[in-house]
Amino acid sequence: MPKANPAARFAVYALLVGLGGLFGVPLLWLLVTSLKPVEQTMSNPPTWLPYAHYSEIGGKRVDVVLDARVTEPSVLVEDVATGRRDLRPVGSVAADNPTLRVVGMAEPGWWLVTERNPAAVGSRPIREVLPPEAIESRVQFRWQNYPEALAAMRGSPPDVPGVPPRKPNPEQDAGFPQFFLNTVIVCVLGVIGAVLSNALVAYGFARLRWPGRDVFFAITLATMMVPFPVLMVPLYGVFKNLGWIGTLLPLWAPAWFGGAFNIFLMRQFFRTIPEELSEAARIDGASEWRIFWTVILPLSKPVLAVVALFHFLFAWNDFLGPLLFLTRRQTYTLALALQQYQSQQGGVQWHYLMAASAVVILPVIVLFFLAQKTFVQGIATTGSKG
Amino acid sequence: MKSAARRRVLAGLGFTSPWIIGLATFTLYPVLASLYFSFCDYSILQQPVWIGLENYQRLAGDEVFWIALRNTAVYAALAVPLGVIASLGLALLLNCNVRGLPIFRTLFYLPSIVPVVASSMLWLWIFNGEYGLLNASLAPLFALWGGAPPAWLGDPAWAKPALVLMSLWGVGNSMVIYLAGLQDVPRELYESAELDGVGVWRRFWHVTLPMISPVVYFNFIMGFIGAMQIFTQAFILSAAANNGDGTLGSPARSTLFYTIHLYSTAFQDLRMGYASAMAWVFFLIIAGLTWAANAVAERRVHYSS
Repeated sequence: MPKANPAARFAVYALLVGLGGLFGVPLLWLLVTSLKPVEQTMSNPPTWLPYAHYSEIGGKRVDVVLDARVTEPSVLVEDVATGRRDLRPVGSVAADNPTLRVVGMAEPGWWLVTERNPAAVGSRPIREVLPPEAIESRVQFRWQNYPEALAAMRGSPPDVPGVPPRKPNPEQDAGFPQFFLNTVIVCVLGVIGAVLSNALVAYGFARLRWPGRDVFFAITLATMMVPFPVLMVPLYGVFKNLGWIGTLLPLWAPAWFGGAFNIFLMRQFFRTIPEELSEAARIDGASEWRIFWTVILPLSKPVLAVVALFHFLFAWNDFLGPLLFLTRRQTYTLALALQQYQSQQGGVQWHYLMAASAVVILPVIVLFFLAQKTFVQGIATTGSKG
Repeated sequence: MKSAARRRVLAGLGFTSPWIIGLATFTLYPVLASLYFSFCDYSILQQPVWIGLENYQRLAGDEVFWIALRNTAVYAALAVPLGVIASLGLALLLNCNVRGLPIFRTLFYLPSIVPVVASSMLWLWIFNGEYGLLNASLAPLFALWGGAPPAWLGDPAWAKPALVLMSLWGVGNSMVIYLAGLQDVPRELYESAELDGVGVWRRFWHVTLPMISPVVYFNFIMGFIGAMQIFTQAFILSAAANNGDGTLGSPARSTLFYTIHLYSTAFQDLRMGYASAMAWVFFLIIAGLTWAANAVAERRVHYSS
């Protein structure tokens, strides 16, 4: 705001760029990791670009993994019995060793490489020592990580051609498409319910005068104070009695009955609409329902959009609700499925985990860029009116 | 009752009827039931049995309960003030009439809408002791003093600071609220302060801060209530730290926060009466502290209109 001297302005920009970098780097790291082959996620120090390495071995071009950099003069030995090849220091293997055969020599700076995808299933991958100039390296993004990661979210392994398919098991066969569908159902039904019910209720509080209204509204505001953990245990009982446990209903149906905060938000907005508009409609003989539907709602699109957006974000991101109320794997939402995937994989497949996380994040980011204005206005109004 | 008056009541009740049902079923009944259960021995499998104050008496002597309470207090005491400072600091920077404001605002805001499950996965990876980006960047720095960076989520002393760091990445939401508040401060106030030759620091302290104090108070309370209820991040990160053996709060109960303990008492041990007593103690703590903050705010917060 103030007219600052150039040094101060420079400091402001330097801080902004530095902090912007700090805020941006984690997401960039997620993206980079999701596009790497697995062994490059576990390199020390970390690398910023995924590479593919190719080499000419035995007359054909082979996609290779760089296993280790040779640090001392070494030999590549092959176990005569198993065919397994390893690197040994020069002089550590006797020339007449009956079980190990020397198949190559390497100088410091060379690489021990392994073929990435052996031609035949079950065959031993090619393993060689190569000088750096024999290895062609280039940046290559592994987009196939994405379909592979999503396929890995399935509980049962994929069907293998040639092997008779297993008995179908809806619990374990549920995979990404099912989780995605569940999440969309919870989000879409929840958003429709939240917009309709909160608008209806807020109209009753904002535009109608009736005895008991203000007391009821005060109770409504007071319930905002109750933290969710207090409700958790009895809510489980309520949903159990309704027969909703194990279905998606607990995650979207309550939205159809309104929520204190959204009622408050919409009421504030409805009250700013001039009373004369309603009066004119009443004189014309319109019912309250008609006034609500044809006069108030069309004028309230901004606040409807804010409620829809924030309910969508809540439903898409919610983890505790699904954790408490979803008992069958085929009803999992993406948030819960992602966590289950992580805990079952034990956290080694970082490239897949980051790819699956990116898929969960992407819709939210896209939504942000489509509805940026609603986001910023929504946060600003929710903040300043609180 | 006159027919017009009756019609008005019917219309009012008609429009608010979804909420009458919703409030009763999903809020009021659970609140009262929770209070009742807190005086009962209750698992979801059997009818509750009245045991009076026994749950509350046992809570007072329950070591794990106090650990969970202390963990939550430590986390909130770190995360809330640092969150307010970070988000207000960013908003002040953005309010300096900078070029490229939308780009910076987007950059700072985006992390706050990343689904918390996904951001937990990301930070799990960044905090990784062996291959994590954070320690790879910090290692040269620590090497200057001959040390090594902490193992973060694997170290009971550093797991909470790690969660605080993660929470700071998500301050974008309150930053936008501050920014809106800062843009509402009347320009004339700055101009007259400038005419009086007031320095930057005093201008912030005597003009900006009083004018945005309602926003600071709002963010502080929301941050506090949110921090006290920290669940998902801690649940995911500790589940990963113990390699899925089911004990929550790893490592060494350092991330056993109140809601995590409540969840495991209710839904893993099925001690729902005891958990309800915990829930009510929690409710009273939050309500009490919010009330205290409100009392302070009465005197300190400046409402212009």
